[in-house]
Amino acid sequence: MRIAVLIKQVPDTDDVRMDEQTGTMIREGVGAIINPLDLHALQQGLDIRSSMGGCVTAVSMGPSQAESALREALALGADEVIFLSDPRFAASDTWATARTLAAAIEKTGPYDIILAGEKATDGETGQVGPEVAVMLGIPFSTYVSRVDPEGDASVVVSRTVEDGTERQRLPLPCLLTVLRDINEPAMPTLSGKKKARRADLPVWSLDLLGLPHDDSGLKGSPTRVVKIFHPQIARNPRLFKGEDIEKGITELTAELESLGVIEKGRMS
Amino acid sequence: MREHFSSKGILVLGEVRSGHLHPAVFELTAKARLLADDLGSDVSVLLMYSDIDVSPERLVSYGADRVLCASDSRLRLFDQEVQSRILFRTIKDLEPEIVLAPATTSGRTVMPAVAAMLRTGLTADCTGLDIDPETGQLLQTRPAIGGNIMATIRTPEHRPQMATVRPRTFAIPEPDPGRKGSVTGMSLPDHCFESRVVALGLERRSGDDVNIQDRDVIVSGGKGMKRSENFHLLRDLAELLGGGVGASRMAVDHKWIGYPHQVGLSGKVVAPKVYFAVGISGSVQHLAGMHTAGLIVAINKDPEAPIFRVADIGLCGDLFDIVPRIVRSVMARKEVSG
Repeated sequence: MRIAVLIKQVPDTDDVRMDEQTGTMIREGVGAIINPLDLHALQQGLDIRSSMGGCVTAVSMGPSQAESALREALALGADEVIFLSDPRFAASDTWATARTLAAAIEKTGPYDIILAGEKATDGETGQVGPEVAVMLGIPFSTYVSRVDPEGDASVVVSRTVEDGTERQRLPLPCLLTVLRDINEPAMPTLSGKKKARRADLPVWSLDLLGLPHDDSGLKGSPTRVVKIFHPQIARNPRLFKGEDIEKGITELTAELESLGVIEKGRMS
Repeated sequence: MREHFSSKGILVLGEVRSGHLHPAVFELTAKARLLADDLGSDVSVLLMYSDIDVSPERLVSYGADRVLCASDSRLRLFDQEVQSRILFRTIKDLEPEIVLAPATTSGRTVMPAVAAMLRTGLTADCTGLDIDPETGQLLQTRPAIGGNIMATIRTPEHRPQMATVRPRTFAIPEPDPGRKGSVTGMSLPDHCFESRVVALGLERRSGDDVNIQDRDVIVSGGKGMKRSENFHLLRDLAELLGGGVGASRMAVDHKWIGYPHQVGLSGKVVAPKVYFAVGISGSVQHLAGMHTAGLIVAINKDPEAPIFRVADIGLCGDLFDIVPRIVRSVMARKEVSG
């Protein structure tokens, strides 16, 4: 079984502090981590490898510092990594990112299963997975919280959706984006860490991928960011403590009533 | 250049899940109407279903000029391949300038597939949509990095311009029963329903596990709840207000409550009328999932907790004392009004 896992390096939001004056995020000195849902995707790849045998390849596109995410993937148990890094990849939107990842998968594949986190904590689009699948011409599923391989021909997946759990069967090869309840990611092993330190990480450039220049980076991106701004949180916090709490509860109850949510609930 | 943008209309992907028309479809149809009025163009809504709980005509009164119904028993269960193909065909047929869908699990699955097929741009989870008066282009505004930054995005060259829109972003206006529009059945050839994906079934959640994203009130618990058993306090309050129970990542990590309840960056993004954060300090990761709620109420014993900075009403004290007092106060109010 050849398994590819798509990984993105993101800022560590647990590290992030808010600027009290502006109410915005302080990004300086914030660490970078593997997108948390991608860790679950990687673990799923490792679990499938344990039960079926095979090889897990972690694939990431990013600036040079994203190399550390792939070293971490090796430490966690990935067999090999593919690092896509080129200044011309910069400012890729989801379409151009997917195009670049798909080119790398075509070049180094075929793979039986491609896994990714459902979304990344920075962009939060969840679009790259389905876009890669369509570009590769393979079936895909999203919001996957369970994968049961059926031999080397198909998988049955459970999707966690708004009103319940859907089950689907997909033939291989296919691409799946996963949620965090799919598994518990393990910690890196000592031997994995050693391997990660020693590993030589070749860098795949745009030319090496053989991708047309017009398909990657800003040039290949159909969308353009035209404005970035900080949202104004128009709130006027009222804090009640000690003796004042009763007053706070009275104000709260009055607001709940004016919002019409009191009569809606059932009497218990 | 202007003719390039002379609009062929807006298409809304109307979501029908398990026979239920998602309320976001009314919201999106009404928003599409406003955008179409700016462009001087029309609004079509595509519905794919085997059963539907409301009459498709109702969408006309919310602003649709044309409702296209793909009705077939083979659409009973969600199949991303079939839905993507039907949407793709409809886009090829209508050549809309703009395609909008609710940012639900289905919309966020089908839209990227179709955007990839069409080689066009797609903006996820928009919370603002406007027409640029200069170019006629769709300005798509969305939160990024956990809502700390808002980005306005456009798709200058590629068509259609595609966006998914977070449900509960726009107000649903009063319907206009006098509006005129057409409702048309689509005839689809059998090959539209061929799929490599086999939909095996849907096991529906019930009771406490219903989807919190649909609720007007969410009562969420965090680290301060201390143990699983204490969540009954939150369920009592939620039930009284017709709401659902949410949780911080910490509470889910401790297995006090299941992952479907998790609010935040690695869980669900919610925008209820009222959000209670109980024993939640307010990490960036949590705030990202709830900061657009209408009224935010925070209950925490630490006066320095960051959650108090985004809360409209902060109650600083012991949650095990305060939550039951809120329950009593709400019940007293119910008796008065009830």
